[in-house]
Amino acid sequence: MFESQERLITMDGVCKTFGAVQALGSIDLEILTGQVLGIVGHNGAGKSTLISILAGTQRPSQGNLKFETAASVLPGYGVNQAQANGIRCVFQELSLCPNLTVAENARILHPAIKGVGWKARARALISNKLQEIFPGHGIDPDALVGDLSIAKRQMVEIARAFTKVDSPIRLVILDEPTSSLDAVIARQLLEHVRNFVDQGGACILISHLLEEILQTSHRVVVMRDGGIVEDREASAFTRTNLVEAMGSVAKEQDGTQRTSDIRQSGEQVLVSLQPKGQSDGHRLLAYRGEIVGLAGLGGHGQTDALLDVYRNKGCTGPALREESVPMALVPGDRQVDGVFPLWSIAMNIVIGSMRQLTRGGLIDPKAEAQLAADWKRKIAIRTPDVNNNILSLSGGNQQKALFARALASNAEIILMDDPMRGVDIGTKQEVYEMIREEVGLGRTFVWYTTEMDELAHCDHIYVFRNGTIVADLAGAEVTEQKVLHASFEDQSKSHSSAKAPAS
Amino acid sequence: MSTFLPSPRLLRSLLPAFSLTVILIAIFYLQPRAMSYFGLNLLLNLALPIAFATLAQMCVITVNDLDLGIGAFVGFVACVGATWLNEAPLLGAAVLLLCILAYAALGALIHLRNLPSIVVTLGMSFFWLGLALLVLPTPGGKAPDWVRAAMTFKAPGLPATIYASALVAFVVHLALMRSSYGTVLRGVGGNPRSVARAGWSILKAKMTMYALAGFFGVLSGISLIGLTTSADANIALRYTLLSIAGVILGGGEFVGGRISPVGAVLGAMTLTLAGSFLSFLKISPDWQIGAQGAILIIVLALRVVINRTGAK
Repeated sequence: MFESQERLITMDGVCKTFGAVQALGSIDLEILTGQVLGIVGHNGAGKSTLISILAGTQRPSQGNLKFETAASVLPGYGVNQAQANGIRCVFQELSLCPNLTVAENARILHPAIKGVGWKARARALISNKLQEIFPGHGIDPDALVGDLSIAKRQMVEIARAFTKVDSPIRLVILDEPTSSLDAVIARQLLEHVRNFVDQGGACILISHLLEEILQTSHRVVVMRDGGIVEDREASAFTRTNLVEAMGSVAKEQDGTQRTSDIRQSGEQVLVSLQPKGQSDGHRLLAYRGEIVGLAGLGGHGQTDALLDVYRNKGCTGPALREESVPMALVPGDRQVDGVFPLWSIAMNIVIGSMRQLTRGGLIDPKAEAQLAADWKRKIAIRTPDVNNNILSLSGGNQQKALFARALASNAEIILMDDPMRGVDIGTKQEVYEMIREEVGLGRTFVWYTTEMDELAHCDHIYVFRNGTIVADLAGAEVTEQKVLHASFEDQSKSHSSAKAPAS
Repeated sequence: MSTFLPSPRLLRSLLPAFSLTVILIAIFYLQPRAMSYFGLNLLLNLALPIAFATLAQMCVITVNDLDLGIGAFVGFVACVGATWLNEAPLLGAAVLLLCILAYAALGALIHLRNLPSIVVTLGMSFFWLGLALLVLPTPGGKAPDWVRAAMTFKAPGLPATIYASALVAFVVHLALMRSSYGTVLRGVGGNPRSVARAGWSILKAKMTMYALAGFFGVLSGISLIGLTTSADANIALRYTLLSIAGVILGGGEFVGGRISPVGAVLGAMTLTLAGSFLSFLKISPDWQIGAQGAILIIVLALRVVINRTGAK
């Protein structure tokens, strides 16, 4: 299988920054023909950015992209050049048009299918490819994509990437292609991928299923914090050393970490939630004065759990307190569900505390200004005037304003939905400091984070996978290895050592 | 999936034709004399301009935007048609061509600056209205004779409006639903990112659709003065909402690129007939708009019911 390998693409010092955040730092990578290249890494390691650059949908901030078939193509490399150079990409989030039929979606990818009889040709093209990759697929090429199940949509999208009309196919990038396929169909796909590279194609496979990566790839690249940390033949890896490579070097324990015995001291349980689909009776518990972390790979049910807590105002299930506790949520996606973009900083802060600020049904402007000014000082929002528009702040400071909104309210429980995404390290330190202070004052935090470092601030961690809690670690036993193992592994049962005290 | 029961999708696509049939039958029942060449001609007289305006609106809705200025635009075209196009045909034609280009530019502006189309087109509606008043300060003017002749043409068998509507619906159906580039245009409404990732220009697609909207707006204005013989700046203001209602009644949706040109034309006819139907019922004009709304709600409710059964 390693006979006919030639260099196809060389990435040379490719960087990508979004504002102050560095998503990719100086990537050097060779992509070879006749080889499946597996890429693994935790969330935010830079995998998606890397493939977006290859696919031409994002421009690198720096560096060079060389094709063997053409000279250096940067700058000005875009989607059309990527296609002309034979790069096809199946993105993680589905990118088909739901209002079009399967055949019509195939045509969107191929400008060459046109003229009289184009529909028949598109239909034949996609049907044949589906038949080739997924025999017995049962997908009607005239069905609307919006009517298909998620798995079938994913099959269509994969088959579409492998169809060939006039432009060549040299490299197919698959980002989590099997996330919604069942085992049989996933095996069909991986077999097809092996055939494709045996015939001289190149393939990049991204997956969080390590077995899949180890079995299918010839070479594995491990990414961490926007860089490549390992680049070796797949046979050199085992599941264990792959997981180790993904985590950062063993960190010395944070000195400030509290040896938490809150759970033994008989404090009140403020939150108790059984995630939907959890069958083994595990519960997410939060005691007063605790920082509870929700870990695991992104999008595995942590946000849903937070929202469930918020919706149910804390306690669900029998034998627990019925009265509700005031809560506040710090959203992660600032632009979508965080800031009010037309309002001032002050208004964005005080909106969470309106009830305390009203007198006789009307807002007391003095109290309002006072509260905003207090929090500007306490949380050190960098602005000359809190009456400026919220968008005049940098991303990190906008996030601080959202923290201020939650902390200024009378909430006893603060829910945080990965709020530190894209926030610079200085701001992060300030916020961590503040969280610790607030916990000292008796507040409780439930904190979903995709960043390993932040878990060190938590007293108790629940690792989520596929919408359920798969591991439940008390602060002292939290190590990155354990969290990674639980997030990736199938035989997680052995790792959920600490059972939930309730239930 | 082949079942013996008609699929919800088929039912849905038949709904516009069904609503039109129901309203026609109701009218014929109330007023049997309408069931004649002359009667149909009178009933459907105004359907063609509304159908054109509806198609214009549909083009904009295809790319997930909304045009709140189409009524005023049609009014402006009517004013130009009744003045310049009659007195100086070349100048008139040039102005109308410019209008279409202006629409394309509007599409480009909305896309490039990422502006809400509702705000831009609402602003433009005042612009068109102002221009119309400049061109024709008081109601009047005269439609060119050839327009007049075309709109009063007596076709054999059925009123010319019906032939014209069918032809237009067919042509637009071919262009948007069957042609290969039409597929891309609808794809822009469905998932613009995916279309852009496949290497298509969203800008070009939006400009195309807005230019088409301008083109149909011009046709709507010209056909309107062919019927009314003179123009007035306010002549078509209600077309804005009628056209939106027509698209939705015809099976289209506000977002997602789900449209049906045939349905839109049928929807426009249904709305035209609904007015007459309510007059035959002797409902006072004060209540007619409310009653039209009720018809819209009934049809949309039927659609929801069909969708629900499909979801099971």
